[in-house]
Amino acid sequence: MTTEQILFYILGGGAVAASAAMLLPPLGKSPIHSAISLIVSFFFLAGLYALLSAHLLGALQIIVYAGAVMVLFTFVIMLLNLRPDETQEPRITAGKVLAGVLAAFVVGKVVTVVGLASAGAKAVDLAQPGYENFGSTKEVGYMLYTSFLVPFELISVLLLVAAVGAVILAKKSLHYVDRPEPPPSVFDQEHAHEHMHTQSGTDHAGDTHAPHDANAHAASHH
Amino acid sequence: MHLTGNPVLDVILFTLLKLVGFVFVFVMGMATVLTWVERKFSAFMQNRIGPNRANIGNIRLGGLLHMIADPIKMLTKEAFTPNTPNPWLFRLAPFMAFVPALVVFATIPFGPGDLQVAPLNVGILFIFAIGSLNVYGAVLGAWASNNKWSLMGGLRISAQMISYEVAVGLSLCGIFMIYGSVDLQQIVIGQDGTWFGIVPKWGIFAQPVAFVLYLACAIAENKRAPFDVAEAESELVAGFWTEYSSMGFALLALSEFIEVVLIGCLGATLFLGGWQIPWLVEGTGVLAGKMYLFGNLVPHLQAHAWYLVVAQVAAFLIKAIVLIWLQLTIRWTLPRFRYDQVMRLGWRIMLPTALVNLVVTGIALMFYERF
Amino acid sequence: MTSIPLHHLLTLGALLFCIGFIGVLTRRNILILLMSIEVMLNAVNLTLLAFARYNGATEGQVLAFFIIAVAAAEAAVGLAMVLAMFRLKQDVHIDTMNLLKR
Repeated sequence: MTTEQILFYILGGGAVAASAAMLLPPLGKSPIHSAISLIVSFFFLAGLYALLSAHLLGALQIIVYAGAVMVLFTFVIMLLNLRPDETQEPRITAGKVLAGVLAAFVVGKVVTVVGLASAGAKAVDLAQPGYENFGSTKEVGYMLYTSFLVPFELISVLLLVAAVGAVILAKKSLHYVDRPEPPPSVFDQEHAHEHMHTQSGTDHAGDTHAPHDANAHAASHH
Repeated sequence: MHLTGNPVLDVILFTLLKLVGFVFVFVMGMATVLTWVERKFSAFMQNRIGPNRANIGNIRLGGLLHMIADPIKMLTKEAFTPNTPNPWLFRLAPFMAFVPALVVFATIPFGPGDLQVAPLNVGILFIFAIGSLNVYGAVLGAWASNNKWSLMGGLRISAQMISYEVAVGLSLCGIFMIYGSVDLQQIVIGQDGTWFGIVPKWGIFAQPVAFVLYLACAIAENKRAPFDVAEAESELVAGFWTEYSSMGFALLALSEFIEVVLIGCLGATLFLGGWQIPWLVEGTGVLAGKMYLFGNLVPHLQAHAWYLVVAQVAAFLIKAIVLIWLQLTIRWTLPRFRYDQVMRLGWRIMLPTALVNLVVTGIALMFYERF
Repeated sequence: MTSIPLHHLLTLGALLFCIGFIGVLTRRNILILLMSIEVMLNAVNLTLLAFARYNGATEGQVLAFFIIAVAAAEAAVGLAMVLAMFRLKQDVHIDTMNLLKR
């Protein structure tokens, strides 16, 4: 076994173990622990990418996933203050059984078919001329700006749309049409009282404040 | 480089030598000295005397012995763990802040040729990748503290870090475009020589706007004043490190100082010409890229290579120290921003400025190459 | 030359994809669902990079780059939706999101 293979099995095993730990009970019960195990899994995957000579993608994997996406996840978990699930879910449900069977089927299928089809696959020798820059920033960047220019531009539009959409969605003033009064949210717990009254109409706002004023006046008189 | 004669052993020994010399002696040493300099500097700015009491016998060295007294105090204090559902996460968090801060120094070229611990072809992307991770130390430590002040601090850091990372990345893109590489050693080599015989071809002269943006955004990413809203003591007790004591606190504080050194080193590399000495040894940079330390690859440099190399390493360290001094000055001069001001500054001023700078650089480069 | 057999790489990709798949089907917490989707996207990325390495084709890496970009966009919008839903329902479990059922 070569060093490369040993590294592959360590990194691959680590990626699978960390992703599984994200879902399974000891860590998977608490969202923040799930997020941490997913970050670990992304690290193993970045190592695998580097092993496949995709150095730029390995770096991007860590910058984008570990450095941005998962920070966003932890931010949301902390913002919502999500504690571990107390609700006891049923251990085995029809959905879980179905998922397990389907997953086992897909894995089995892929392993057999791929094993048959790629039995004699030989990798390109990267030492030969023409492949010196394989996977480097220069090579991938060059391809991005030449043959993949249109998809690249479209992706940038997509990111812009996603950024605008995220801002609009996460904005506080969502109007709940045709729905009864929303429950006071944790974001404005301390102002929940005033909010409910101001939402029900401005003319009532004066009335609700009147007793307060009266009390204040009474207090000042005493 | 011939140390033992065995080529494999030579490489290992030489790498270890670079690692110890640069990362452990310079970076860690600088960070330790900064713990004293920071307080002395603030005392100077506020017309106080500052730390001066630690002594052995009657020797005080102007308070310099606090560098030794503080670690002893930190080590011997109780490592307090609050009542939290995640005690292991609480203890792990300082290391998650400390380790990435040190690892990124591997790709900083502190001298010509081989004088870089790990020459990677993704270069600065590696620094971004690993550097973006030490936010987890603060954020997860804050979460694990099980304390509302810490939680608020953690929330602030995570939002602030994401916002300013974009601006830092974009502000440096102009540099990559001008020097045509993301490899830090190549960028330094590209900064050799002068424009019009006077102005050194440094990043700061080619990209002055980017330098200001880089310094401001990097300080914001390092959550130091004037952007230290995550630990704002007047609002959040001590923010994300409220519950930390003993070595946990020491590691978090030290990782902040290491980041200060990193900002200095990276700024010196990208904007101040790295190890290049302006005007003095024009043209050596290109050759030095292929040169081995004390090596025989470039014959005419061999005779005087060693003092040239020493001078260049010294030039790099001096530039880094100047930027560190600049950061301390900023930290003790400016008052803290309000949190909403920090976010508005990041998204509405820093980011658009960086984008405009990028477009202008692109257009300028296009004209420069065409005519 | 790489000494890692291609079908080992592809099997690893399939395993990771299935872990993500199981997560999407079985978990009720939307945040965990989003994380599972990220795992699935990464499994696809791994497969693409394995093929790119075996064929010496940079195109595979460019596609993986696009997938990372799409995943980032998906996470941003998804998390914004989680925030909006949490405001509405005080809960992040998908079985409480049944407005259209009524």
